[in-house]
Amino acid sequence: MSDIALAVSGLGRAFGEMWAVRGLDLEVQRGEIFGLVGPDGAGKTTTMRMLTGILAASEGQATVAGFSIHDDAEAIKARISYMSQRFGLYGDLTVEENLRFYADLYEVPRRDREPLEEKLLGFSNLTPFRKRQARNLSGGMKQKLGLACALIHKPEILFLDEPTNGVDPVSRRDFWRILYAMLKKGVTIFVSTAYLDEAERCSRVGLMHRGRLIRCDTPQKLKEGLPGQLLELETGQPRDAREALAAQLGSSRVSLFGGMLHLYTEDAAEAEQIRAILQQAGIAVLAEKIITPTLEDVFIHWVTRDDAEAAA
Amino acid sequence: MSPEYAVEVHDLTRKFGDFVAVDRVSLSVETGQVFGFLGPNGAGKSTTIRMLCGLLLPSSGAGRVAGFDIMTESETIKRHIGYMSQKFSLYDDLSVEENIDFFTGIYNVPRIRRRERKDWVLDMAGLADKRDNLTRSLAGGWKQRLALGCAVLHEPPILFLDEPTSGVDPLSRRQFWDLIAQMAQRGTTVFVTTHYMEEAEYCDELALISRGRMIAKGKPAELKTVIPEDILEIRVEHPFEVLEQLENSGLVKEVALFGDTLHAVVEDAGAATTAVGDFLAGRGLAATGITQVRPSMEDVFVSLVELEDRRSTEGAQT
Amino acid sequence: MKPRTFSWIRLWALVKKEFIHIVRDPRSLAMAFLMPLILLILFGYAITMDIKTLNLVVYDQDKSAASRHYVEGFPASSYFSVVATVENYADVRALLDQGRAHLALVIPPHFARDLEQGRSARVQVLADGSDANTATIALGYAEAITNRFSTTRLDSKVELAVDNRLRVWYNPELKSRWFIIPGLIAVIMTVITALLTSLTVSREWESGTMEQLIATPVQPIELFLGKMAPYFVIGVLDVLFSVAMGVWVFDVPLRGSFLFLLGVTAMFLVGGLSLGIMVSTIAKSQLVASQLAMVVTFLPAFLLSGFLYSIDNMPRFLQAVTHVVQARYFVEVLKNIFLKASPPAFVAGDLIFLGLFAVAVFAVALGKFRKKLA
Repeated sequence: MSDIALAVSGLGRAFGEMWAVRGLDLEVQRGEIFGLVGPDGAGKTTTMRMLTGILAASEGQATVAGFSIHDDAEAIKARISYMSQRFGLYGDLTVEENLRFYADLYEVPRRDREPLEEKLLGFSNLTPFRKRQARNLSGGMKQKLGLACALIHKPEILFLDEPTNGVDPVSRRDFWRILYAMLKKGVTIFVSTAYLDEAERCSRVGLMHRGRLIRCDTPQKLKEGLPGQLLELETGQPRDAREALAAQLGSSRVSLFGGMLHLYTEDAAEAEQIRAILQQAGIAVLAEKIITPTLEDVFIHWVTRDDAEAAA
Repeated sequence: MSPEYAVEVHDLTRKFGDFVAVDRVSLSVETGQVFGFLGPNGAGKSTTIRMLCGLLLPSSGAGRVAGFDIMTESETIKRHIGYMSQKFSLYDDLSVEENIDFFTGIYNVPRIRRRERKDWVLDMAGLADKRDNLTRSLAGGWKQRLALGCAVLHEPPILFLDEPTSGVDPLSRRQFWDLIAQMAQRGTTVFVTTHYMEEAEYCDELALISRGRMIAKGKPAELKTVIPEDILEIRVEHPFEVLEQLENSGLVKEVALFGDTLHAVVEDAGAATTAVGDFLAGRGLAATGITQVRPSMEDVFVSLVELEDRRSTEGAQT
Repeated sequence: MKPRTFSWIRLWALVKKEFIHIVRDPRSLAMAFLMPLILLILFGYAITMDIKTLNLVVYDQDKSAASRHYVEGFPASSYFSVVATVENYADVRALLDQGRAHLALVIPPHFARDLEQGRSARVQVLADGSDANTATIALGYAEAITNRFSTTRLDSKVELAVDNRLRVWYNPELKSRWFIIPGLIAVIMTVITALLTSLTVSREWESGTMEQLIATPVQPIELFLGKMAPYFVIGVLDVLFSVAMGVWVFDVPLRGSFLFLLGVTAMFLVGGLSLGIMVSTIAKSQLVASQLAMVVTFLPAFLLSGFLYSIDNMPRFLQAVTHVVQARYFVEVLKNIFLKASPPAFVAGDLIFLGLFAVAVFAVALGKFRKKLA
């Protein structure tokens, strides 16, 4: 078994004239948790579908769990799990019936199944609800059941497409707790998410925009790779300050965050300019410090730049 | 008519059959504030906002919105507010301009103001060069801004937004919050619901709701102090190994993987930083960095919900 | 674990799942059982072509004992009442045109003589063609009465100068229900079976569960068999209920073998359910699927199965089209089982086509289904 869970080169998919994904190169190691983030329509779901063998690629190569997506899609399907965005639970089946249905589809032997079933239900706090029909579960419980179904056959790689969208924070915690437990057992996890705070939990993150992977690294390195700095200013009148700065620098650079002003600056000279603008507006700066950017800051920087390059 | 509070309600309750969707919610929103109503899906956010907008009659409770009684003057309330529902109620088969014209008519915007308002919406949403495009062809972010524009055509003093950023990408979300900040700047009161916990930071005042009950309210910074513990971020070479060691060390309350780092929940950041540092160094697993991190709004929320759960189980036992 | 191998475990899991869907959705289940019964009652009574009294005008040019005896057979049958006896064609035409008579009987001058000399006597029948249905039935009755009259003669017979013949040999009591009900059961079941399965695949595309399923090692054949199993059971029950209704409500005799009926039903259901699945596979939305299923079954089953309109009278190209209409064979075989009880070998051709249809449609549905998104 090689150390590489999935290797992708030059992967692309066109829908008519439109390339949803193009020129994708990527390698994910076994035991990694890889996060794919990007705006809606960036190509995350299309990528996920090609890698799970349910959507034919228009060009390029990809190997998943050692099998080609072109020639051995069925072999891939037996070794992975895929949880689509609207997880395909059967609402009229109970928690237990859903779980057993998926166990059967993957031909999990009965003697292995029962202890695993108990464990997964316990893990996801679903044991008290095992006889409840899936449609009567809350959003968070549904997602956890979906995850349990995806894990019942001990997949080598787990693909999750925006799994926690709209899920309550407590269930999200449970969800990630299960993911980390899987990671500990050596399962590779490939997850797409619209929550950038969630992307921070991944060992590596790929930023996707307009069908291409524009950045890919560990969260730490992505933040370090941001060319400028993020300045946090405390002022007495944060709203007026925002207005004054946005008028001069453009509104995408300034935001209000927890009563503070967050400003993205390219260099020291600009920091001077900012102070000048505020002084002119008669707003006193009470405190000023350079803070670590969040992945959201990183994301917005590169996406804005990519758009600007495309427009140019 | 400029009351200090744009919204003031007491013990607002709504039942659907036996199910209590909203349970005795009391809140007040100062004029000109951005008020965030935070909670997971199904917590009762939409039900609350609908009661405030006069779309749904409360089962019990009392209150005023824009100075009018929510029980008896719901039609008057509707004339004084803007409401943007979760689904961005735009007509997909109408062009951008036709949608604006339609809502201009609905809100009975005076004829002489119509042009000006339309231009303002087109400019605000950045849709001036897309005015003839069909609404269905717009990406999520544009649609959302157009819906916002249509909801404020009549310049309401209070704006209710139900999950306006749901399903919209981070860049558009940040731009949207920017628009909200601008409106608040001009004196509009904005009441907004969201399930994105990190968006709490954009609000002046917050209410956290879980399973129909309000579990906390206050300014974002105040709410962060409700967590009694501190969180440490530990950077190490071999996170899995360290995770196991720390779990059994007794030095931390809880430790979990967080990307390529570990997050540990401790009583006191200062003392624990030294203790954990020494512990790991002694086992040849020295950390490359231990720093205290600010709890996120999600940390706050989870911690409050757990507290609430403990209270209610204790309450049930006694 | 070898991929691409059929698994009984998976098939059984799918079958169980489909049964649960059905059992937990009592409204659809009730529909599946009530629909054929309601349709059978509605159409059974609506299309029943028995007409109680037909008005007859008689123009007897022979005026012999034989001709009078022949004419008396008509009112005696209780289907006809003689409204007028006329002396010229103008009056015949006038009565028919005014709608006062459904049928005119014109007996030629040499009627008695022809019969006595052992020749066939030709009697002219004129019908009010504006109501084709009534006319056809009236002609059928007339022919039956004429045949009965002929059997009383030893060496001669009476022929009706009519071209459009109804085949009434196996329905001597002249009950149109007898051949309508078996055909109707076949037609209704053709529509129902396709409708039953037409939603099953498209529903999963709509709910998103299909995206999940195609990412598992499930095989299309397992999926389809799993989907068909519960509806097969429902289909068999539906046919049995319909047959029971035919026998006890509409008084149609069931002369053939019950086991043979079951066997034929099974063959028919495999084809019909496969057709529904094929439609469902192509459509991907429930609305389109159910509309498509109606279009591909309802019209052909009613119009091209030989149920309402005789295939022999259709233009040649339409006749060719009827070969791919499954209902055609089922109508034929069901009529046979109900009324003739001839051994299966007599309808071997129909059976072979039913079988071919089932295999072909299943194969096409299977071939059309991809474990991929478009």
